Amino acid sequence: MRYPDVVVVGAGVIGAACAEALSAAGLRVTVLDRGPLGAGTSAAGEGNVLVSDKEPGPELDLALASLGRWPDLLAELGADVEWDPKGGLVVATGDTALTAFAEAQRAAGVDARPITPAEAFDLEPHLTRAVVAAVHYPQDAQLQPVLVTKALLAAVRRRGGTLRPGVRALGVRLANGAVAAVRTDDGDVPCGAVVIACGPWSGEVSTAFGAPITVLPRRGVILVTAPLPPGTVRHKVYDADYVGAVASGDADLQVSTVVESTAGGTVLIGSSRERVGFDASLRVEVPRALARRAVGLFPVLADVQVLRAYGGFRPYAPDHLPVIGPDPRCPGLWHATGHEGAGIGLAAATGRLLAELVTGVEPHVDARPFRVDRPGVCA
Amino acid sequence: MRVVVVGGGPAGLAAADAAARAGAEVVLVDSERQLGGQYHRGTAQRADPRVRHLPESTAWAAEGLRLHVRTGPADSPHRTGRVLDADAVVLATGAHDRVVPFPGWDLPGVYTAGAAQALAKGHGVAVGRRVVVSGTGPFLLPVASSLLDVGATVTVLEANGVTGWARHPLAVPQKLPELARYARLLGRVRLRTAVVAAHGDDRVTSVTVARLRPDWTVCDGVRVAVDAVCVGHGFTPRLDLAVGLGCDLVDGFVRVDAVGATSVRGVYAAGEITGIGGADLAAAEGEVAGAAAARAPDPPIAALRAIRRGRRFAAALAAAHPVPTGRHGWLTPDTLLCRCEEVTVGDLHAALDRGAADGRTLKLVSRAGLGPCQGRTCGREVADLAAARLGHPLPDADAFHRRPFATPLRLGELAQHPEEDP
Ligand SMILES: Cc1cc2nc3c(=O)[nH]c(=O)nc-3n(C[C@H](O)[C@H](O)[C@H](O)COP(=O)(O)OP(=O)(O)OC[C@H]3O[C@@H](n4cnc5c(N)ncnc54)[C@H](O)[C@@H]3O)c2cc1C
Ligand SMILES: Cc1cc2nc3c(=O)[nH]c(=O)nc-3n(C[C@H](O)[C@H](O)[C@H](O)COP(=O)(O)OP(=O)(O)OC[C@H]3O[C@@H](n4cnc5c(N)ncnc54)[C@H](O)[C@@H]3O)c2cc1C
Repeated sequence: MRYPDVVVVGAGVIGAACAEALSAAGLRVTVLDRGPLGAGTSAAGEGNVLVSDKEPGPELDLALASLGRWPDLLAELGADVEWDPKGGLVVATGDTALTAFAEAQRAAGVDARPITPAEAFDLEPHLTRAVVAAVHYPQDAQLQPVLVTKALLAAVRRRGGTLRPGVRALGVRLANGAVAAVRTDDGDVPCGAVVIACGPWSGEVSTAFGAPITVLPRRGVILVTAPLPPGTVRHKVYDADYVGAVASGDADLQVSTVVESTAGGTVLIGSSRERVGFDASLRVEVPRALARRAVGLFPVLADVQVLRAYGGFRPYAPDHLPVIGPDPRCPGLWHATGHEGAGIGLAAATGRLLAELVTGVEPHVDARPFRVDRPGVCA
Repeated sequence: MRVVVVGGGPAGLAAADAAARAGAEVVLVDSERQLGGQYHRGTAQRADPRVRHLPESTAWAAEGLRLHVRTGPADSPHRTGRVLDADAVVLATGAHDRVVPFPGWDLPGVYTAGAAQALAKGHGVAVGRRVVVSGTGPFLLPVASSLLDVGATVTVLEANGVTGWARHPLAVPQKLPELARYARLLGRVRLRTAVVAAHGDDRVTSVTVARLRPDWTVCDGVRVAVDAVCVGHGFTPRLDLAVGLGCDLVDGFVRVDAVGATSVRGVYAAGEITGIGGADLAAAEGEVAGAAAARAPDPPIAALRAIRRGRRFAAALAAAHPVPTGRHGWLTPDTLLCRCEEVTVGDLHAALDRGAADGRTLKLVSRAGLGPCQGRTCGREVADLAAARLGHPLPDADAFHRRPFATPLRLGELAQHPEEDP
């Protein structure tokens, strides 16, 4: 057996996207996951690919790059992953900085269109009439995270890569101070480089690899309703508070509502943000707050049944930016994590950026804001 | 000291009474209008007068020892909400029929044994004139008996080869007098035989009755005309609240100690969520758990003894009525598995072949278990079929009964703060 050039630890959407881009660049890749493939955080959220919620800055740049990359990447993969550029609508019912925010986004290259409440009701007939301001974001899209992760991994395998579910990485073996092999519970895997893409577990795994970075879990819960007639909810509809919650680091419960319907007619209501470690027990106040906001946006939803709630733990760095790049402490060790509530959307550009850095190609986005050795990340 | 009991079947009733006798303030929450659960359906039971009974009330979520309850008819838009804080909780939520799919099981005219029983006992209605009762386990007989009582012609097919389970040395007939009453039925029982397919256009008109090998693979079959089929393969425990609270499970049931304590402090469990063994065992378990939850000084000795006996009998019954994997051979690619999302056996296999190897992914890729019943009906069989095809059990077998909301509720109800209720 030939040794892989790169071992990717973690088969979530980020590990899968990195492995796909590395294999497309001609490298021989092995992907390990301690569990089944793609069953971590990437199977526990929604598949929003958003620009509407991002303020101008490095994450928005990465999001725009990713948004541009997804359609081509999906065409290359030849897989149906339920890609739907359905567009988003941010609405506000009170005093708001919404239009100023949209103005700044437009300057940064986002298609953000302030519209009147009447125009918003045309787009969403069941929207609460309390809306006083709205912005339409035609670029917002979605895809199915589980399917996309599988499609990326399938491409890796087609190119001769190896997928090893059920194999846990335990640490690294060094030779002359550089990565020589990944230690696993199924023996050593010799390699030239390793990418840690373990989502909210990247902190613990990087520590085991002797190069700790700070990545923390931020819990999120999503509600799913019974199916509604087609056309009840047509776009992704957010209340304007979404923007504030995404950027904030408060430990307290934050809720910002995103209401949208799926192909099957069920409505997804996401999502909450709590810093409670990896505690997954139910706190009724969380789904209650989501339900309140959703009924506030769409009063017709009051009568629909809630089928279930699910959720997971978003991986975030203290400064809320992704961590993508080489670890300066250990040649051959790379990180790709910290995508918080946007890892699905950001995966396409993340994979490409990491592969560019590994192979020494000029990066298509500025990589410096995501470097590993920034304050608070590299302990 | 406040004890909240969830479920008003034999186990919950006995728990509430025992806790009240021990001096606790007791609230008994039951989703039905009348107390009694599965077994006493149609003949309302009464709790100890000191017990505060909340009828038509479902506990839809448990947050530690705080229960969230809604009261009112299940389909009413005007249910009221309430929060109950307890010092101890007894879960006695019972079980529902285990569904084992076969070609045509989704046709009108095919009933679960429990549904047929409820119609016969509760409403005096027979599901058809010529009825085949098929499956395995002792509870086929009470169903057949109720059907006879309301005038149906009944044939009972027991898929296993057990004959004398009622006379099993471990059986304690005086503790299950009902079972002895069914002696009149024993002549109508055909062993190692089952309905393996139902046929008809808009409702069942005939079935394939097959002789089975011990592993339930088919030897040969014949077509038989029928009006209705009742199928029973034992029970699946209603674990939503227990799993939500983090109670450990063992063999698919809530793990309890000798007095019904679960692995979670202050949470007790009794009845069919801890194992299937009939109404008397459920009641004995309830009595012991209720007394323990209320910190009664003396454990009820007679009930403890009844539990030991009952569990031995239950274990013997379970051993005599397995549901082996030969049944998978009855399925065709277009047999429906998940009724809510219309997922067939072929769809499930396709999802597995696309690489879904855990419960969560399997649900998302195949959509099985994502509909209104949330896998309550199909989850167990989906997990079994997946395990058979993968060659190993799903790593997250609880994916099909991890449901944060134990019962459906409206978004508007969830949004309401209980203190805003009238
Ligand atoms: C409620 C919620 C809603 C969300 N909604 C969206 C959304 O709409 N749009 C969006 O873009 N993003 C969304 N996200 C965020 C998105 O899900 C994450 O950013 C993304 O899934 C992170 O992917 P990942 O590959 O980094 O992590 P993961 O998917 O968690 O993958 C990490 C993998 O590493 C494996 N692993 C861990 N330790 C080891 C080890 N020692 N050895 C081997 N393998 C190991 C794990 O098993 C896991 O499979 C949401 C998240 C949540 C929780
Ligand atoms: C067709 C059939 C025939 C049977 N025949 C016999 C027989 O002949 N002899 C015998 O000994 N046993 C028989 N049994 C078994 C017997 O019915 C059970 O052993 C017994 O009812 C179990 O008692 P339980 O209290 O555990 O659960 P159950 O009787 O099922 O009671 C559970 C109660 O909890 C309620 N509940 C569940 N979840 C919630 C919630 N979240 N909030 C509020 N309420 C909730 C349910 O509505 C129900 O009222 C039969 C069962 C069936 C289905």
